[in-house]
Amino acid sequence: MTRDNDSGRGDDARPVLSVRDLTVQVATGAGGKTVLDHLSFDLHRGETVALAGESGSGKSMTALAIMGLLPRPMARITEGTIRLGDRNIAGLSDRAYRAIRARRISMIFQEPMTSLNPLMTVERQLCEVLLEHDMCTRDAAPARALKLLRDLRLTDPERRLKQYPHELSGGMRQRVMIAIALACEPEILIADEPTTALDVTVQAEILDLIRLLQKERGTAVLMITHDMGVVAEMADRAIVMRAGQPVEASSVERLFSAPSSEYAKGLLAAVPRLGAAPPRPPRSPGQKVVEVSDLSVRFDVKGGILNRPVARLHAVEGVSFDIRVGETLALVGESGSGKSTIGKALLGLVPWEGAVRIDGRHTKGLSRRSMRPVLRDIQMVFQDPGASLDSRMTVGEQVVEPLRVHGLASGSELTDRAEFLFRRVGLSADMLGRFPHEFSGGQRQRVCIARALSLSPKVIVADESVSALDVSVQAQVLDLLQELQDEDGLSYLFITHDMAVVDQVADRIMVMRLGQVMEEGPRDAVLRDPRHPYTRRLLAAVPVPDPTRLRQPQPPAPESQSPMLPLGAVFPRVRLEQVSGEHRVAVA
Amino acid sequence: MSGYLVRRLVESALILLGITFVTFVLLYLLPADPARQIAGRSATAETVASIRDQLGLNDPLLLQYVRYLGNLLQGDMGRSYLQRAEVADLIASRLPASLLLMVSAIVTELILGLTIGVIAALRRNRPADHGLMIFSFVSISAPQFVIGILLLYVFAVQLGWFPIGGYGTFAHLVLPSITLGFLGAGWYSRMMRSSMIDVLGQDFVRTARAKGLSKLRIITRHVMPNAILPIIAMIGIDIGLFMSGIVVVESVFGWPGIGQLAWQAIQRVDIPVIMGVTLVSATAIVLGNLIADLVAPLIDPRIKTK
Repeated sequence: MTRDNDSGRGDDARPVLSVRDLTVQVATGAGGKTVLDHLSFDLHRGETVALAGESGSGKSMTALAIMGLLPRPMARITEGTIRLGDRNIAGLSDRAYRAIRARRISMIFQEPMTSLNPLMTVERQLCEVLLEHDMCTRDAAPARALKLLRDLRLTDPERRLKQYPHELSGGMRQRVMIAIALACEPEILIADEPTTALDVTVQAEILDLIRLLQKERGTAVLMITHDMGVVAEMADRAIVMRAGQPVEASSVERLFSAPSSEYAKGLLAAVPRLGAAPPRPPRSPGQKVVEVSDLSVRFDVKGGILNRPVARLHAVEGVSFDIRVGETLALVGESGSGKSTIGKALLGLVPWEGAVRIDGRHTKGLSRRSMRPVLRDIQMVFQDPGASLDSRMTVGEQVVEPLRVHGLASGSELTDRAEFLFRRVGLSADMLGRFPHEFSGGQRQRVCIARALSLSPKVIVADESVSALDVSVQAQVLDLLQELQDEDGLSYLFITHDMAVVDQVADRIMVMRLGQVMEEGPRDAVLRDPRHPYTRRLLAAVPVPDPTRLRQPQPPAPESQSPMLPLGAVFPRVRLEQVSGEHRVAVA
Repeated sequence: MSGYLVRRLVESALILLGITFVTFVLLYLLPADPARQIAGRSATAETVASIRDQLGLNDPLLLQYVRYLGNLLQGDMGRSYLQRAEVADLIASRLPASLLLMVSAIVTELILGLTIGVIAALRRNRPADHGLMIFSFVSISAPQFVIGILLLYVFAVQLGWFPIGGYGTFAHLVLPSITLGFLGAGWYSRMMRSSMIDVLGQDFVRTARAKGLSKLRIITRHVMPNAILPIIAMIGIDIGLFMSGIVVVESVFGWPGIGQLAWQAIQRVDIPVIMGVTLVSATAIVLGNLIADLVAPLIDPRIKTK
């Protein structure tokens, strides 16, 4: 499990893949734009090289260029060679490439959800690649597919073969993708952000698996990632890229201990590290702005002849918490833990039960109209700033739209307000007349924050608000949120899956699983002294951006209970037991 | 599944009930007096009145409707005012011809439309694509009677390849099917083109390429089955379009189907026949939609019938 540089390289000095001066241009309205500029590297048997960089750095372009999958006719290789063994494969025809893909170089992608054909069973998708490359006879293919799934440690592989992709979880789908990629025993596996879309515990399992299979088979891995934690954990060598250019190439140890380029230094400094955050300033126990007790959100699942409810999905079960003025409560958990649903319930966006008070006002049973004044005090910022802005409305109009809706301002007052808000979030006021597509991801998120601030709320629900951003941009947005809190005494309900970000922003943390709180307490208590096994698993799964401190392999996750119960059944609730002070942990 | 089927059948029956009511009321409100039509221009007011009485046309609307509905439930669709025959018999004698025409038109438009759509998508933004899309635009905008007469002129009158009209052999079927399918071919080619382009950009197509599959296999196994999904629902809705097309095409080609029957009945305000034909077409549309919804989950495992 440890990184073993020499055994991989020692038995064959010649690289399996050798890229020299690879340059890719994309046709734009204004002529060719270079998106990859003279990239060179070697990849040896059994070795892992990481291409690390932020969005637009050209790392995915490199992968597509090697696979011969560059989008034609827009993108093309204009210079350089890609040597696979002795042969230059740059610019080969699609037909010639077919014998290379899957057979000698394979690729897995970021989105396991959409990378499999929804209309074909796992078995057919696996057998297809085996038969295409004559790996076995038609009769032997199903048995071989089954063996592949076993190799990938999929539970219940016989059943998985007959299933369709939508019946599998994200982690299982990515395992199937890897099975397809390794089916023809290629020399090289290109993994393009293979775990970015997965939960952190699932990410840990997949990374462990890739390492294990690599050791068994001697596959060379080209790992493309934005996550410096993944780089530190997986790679022998790393190439840091920026705007299509290699900025720094060195062994991982050197990169992390003594980065030579300014860019790499900055990038590493921006990476949030679990356990490295400075202590939060103590807050005087202020007034409570959000009081939630015994909140439950349940969705009925309908069916039968009369389309009546037949089962109930328990998304949130009996959750209670308070948020004080100027405080950040972080809600962490994996997908399906109910953390986003809680945020929506606070704004009345989903039906809920229990009691919620926002700044002292009960919101139970309020109509849309009577909910309005409450919404002035609580606003939301979502994950995808591109999707949560209207692409046909100028950002200026969108930022002040809440003021208009609530009838709080009109005319020139609106313009003044918009300018103020824009400056507040670090954008210049002359950008007000632009449309969302003219902004970068980080700027768009600033626009969303400005919109949330327009009503001068007391609480902001930030639902994965920085998850889609590059680390350097993420750091800036987090700084902005902190600044707003320091100056205006804003309170945040910060919903995220990223433990390192939680460490930076949270005063208190609630760890959620399957709609219930597993552990809650002050940040330091929960992160430095976790008591619940689930919290420990979550923390242990986070890749550490430090190659000298390697994460231990994860034991497989216990099967989780289904949140779907028949009507009338009582959801088994956990009880919170005090550890010390405000630190509480769930007992069954 | 069986629960779903029962629910859908009940829903369909309710829709048909609603349609009978709306049609009945609309026809009742027509200014034309059916009794006058039956009696003829020279008839005395007395004769007309007695016919009105005989047909129960003096009864209140609701009573007439309930009587109609009661008969309908017993399989009696009434008697034609003008042809001395039961409506059910008239329709039964003409339905097979119309169904034959419809099925062959659907086959024509699907073959034509899907092929054009696939080729256009694969040759996107190239001359072939532009040419085919102009063709589909023309086929959508050209009125069916124009297409029909044009085809008749060229292939029946000038070239003599097909009979000018009538019913009976395969040769009789060709021109009416093409005329009727022409409009749909235009629609389907546009839909298939955009659906194909959409699917071609999906991640799983990239996966298929990364597997080293041949282009043909990628198109036929991965792209086309996914691209065709949204089309299936359209075919159900499309049957409605056919019913209106059938009236025109059957008149142009002298095809003895219910379209012609409807045309004659409308001209002469033969209310029982109009009601009958409307009910039959509505049933076809409702059934078409139902079948499309039942077929979809067989092709797409993600759709669960609840």
